[in-house]
Amino acid sequence: MLDATLLAGQVFNGFSVASLFVLAALGLALSFGLMRVINMAHGEMLMLGGYLAYLTYLVVPGPLAILVAMPVAFLGAALLGAVLELTVIRKLAARPLDTLLATWGVSLILQQAARSIFGPIGVGVTAPDWLNTGFLLAGVYIPSTRLFILAVAVVVLAVLGLVIARTRLGLLVRAVNQDRMMAAASGINVRRVDLAVFCLGTGIAGLAGVVLSLLGPVTPSVGQSYIVPAFLVVVMGGLGSMVGTTVAAIILGLVSAISQIFLDVSMSQVLMLLSVIVFLQFRPQGVVATRSRALEE
Amino acid sequence: METLLKMEAVTAAYGQSQVLWDIDLDIHKGGAVALIGRNGVGKTTLLRTIMGVQKAASGVIRFNGADVTAQKPHERARGGIGFVPQGRHVFAHLSVEENLTTGLSALAGRGRGLIGQGVPDHIFDLFPKLAQIRHRKAGVLSGGEQQQLAIGRALAGQPKLLLLDEPTEGIQPNVVQQIEEALRRVRTELGVTIVIVEQYLDFAWSFADEYCVLMRGRMIRRGTTAQDSAADVAHLVNV
Ligand SMILES: Nc1ncnc2c1ncn2[C@@H]1O[C@H](COP(=O)(O)OP(=O)(O)OP(=O)(O)O)[C@@H](O)[C@H]1O
Ligand SMILES: [Mg+2]
Repeated sequence: MLDATLLAGQVFNGFSVASLFVLAALGLALSFGLMRVINMAHGEMLMLGGYLAYLTYLVVPGPLAILVAMPVAFLGAALLGAVLELTVIRKLAARPLDTLLATWGVSLILQQAARSIFGPIGVGVTAPDWLNTGFLLAGVYIPSTRLFILAVAVVVLAVLGLVIARTRLGLLVRAVNQDRMMAAASGINVRRVDLAVFCLGTGIAGLAGVVLSLLGPVTPSVGQSYIVPAFLVVVMGGLGSMVGTTVAAIILGLVSAISQIFLDVSMSQVLMLLSVIVFLQFRPQGVVATRSRALEE
Repeated sequence: METLLKMEAVTAAYGQSQVLWDIDLDIHKGGAVALIGRNGVGKTTLLRTIMGVQKAASGVIRFNGADVTAQKPHERARGGIGFVPQGRHVFAHLSVEENLTTGLSALAGRGRGLIGQGVPDHIFDLFPKLAQIRHRKAGVLSGGEQQQLAIGRALAGQPKLLLLDEPTEGIQPNVVQQIEEALRRVRTELGVTIVIVEQYLDFAWSFADEYCVLMRGRMIRRGTTAQDSAADVAHLVNV
């Protein structure tokens, strides 16, 4: 027998899981869409964001630390992204397999570095009081943290959408995305656009890390547990589209949360994988077919 | 006469298969050169090599006094080379105005605020049609409109040299005339030097002052359109 309020609660949970998925997956989708690059160290950008949130709490404790942590984590992860792009990814351009291996190596190095600096056990960030509450909505208890996560994802998507649709950088990104050769021949520094998009993507992952720190401890391997669903989201979304990524994140977030009424966490992960496989049987191109129209949908 | 573009012993290849051999070419400022030859002889490859989207396997390319052989395409664009490729390559999902705006990128480093001034009016003056359809997506335009857009986009970067690859290919005759007219004005009013790949010898002869014939990747003949007639070279171009 299915309790309606339990279901409604899990649906809401599904949306907040989807928010995490979309924040974790956007960077992967953006850089894959533009550069056809798979960054295996993307999960460690989440990890970095989480640790930066922890450090921010140490330096500026108080109820608004989380709001300070977000720009810090965004910039920190974007900076690490820049280093990774300039030292590894750019050097291996057009060699996807090597990029995969090299970024996997970077991922291991970053995890080990976190282990050495912060220890193997996780560090905790306590949510400020104003997030440690909740309220009842039509009989369903809504924790404020989860609402906050949802709000962060909505704001990030809206800002990203505006940047891509309305700014000069967004125009250049769309041009490079559609026809790299012609963009370069028109005077666009395509490598610089790649770098900007890559940093934007890792910065968003850093934000995701801050949000994650509200839900559980930040550990050296925290990124690993989110990277798999993030990859699933990117594949299902159509490899690079923003709208596709968002829709796929919502579907998988709901699948994950609702199935947890019946199943344990690992079985619900299996169910997520299965639903992606089934979905791709019917729509192999993903939610939004990318190849040419990736970012403006 | 002052040289704008000079190629010395340039070769180009796709992987293992060499496509251009020993290309020597110099083009003086203000000139218009027609590049002609049969299908598949390497005309497109030659223009791509000048633009830098195709790497020269060997040889030297000088533009406006500087060695640009090692420069990336966007650096050459910013140096003053504009490119209208075969097949037009408009950004299909961008509007006409956005397409033109991307062309302004070539102005980077040429003076403060140039990009902020937007698409210059003279482009709409040359192609009034583009002004009417400025908010439409490039992908839905007719071939002729796309071609005008591709030329406009290249001109937005205020090039010194314009590379045109078969600008009249697959376009209705009345639009071809408009494009020809606009290109003449680009030469005379804007003073842009032009290299044009053109199948129609009549247009090539009325437009260009020099011609070069490519055959199997080599430059086999060069002359002025004033001295030689189109009929003299037709057998080298037509199958
Ligand atoms: N991307 C590519 N990879 C491999 N070979 C190519 C490629 N592009 C062109 N070629 C080959 O290089 C040669 C020259 O091609 P190119 O496009 O430069 O000729 P073209 O003179 O412009 O022909 P057309 O008149 O048909 O436009 C041809 O034999 C062609 O098959
Ligand atoms: Mg050609």
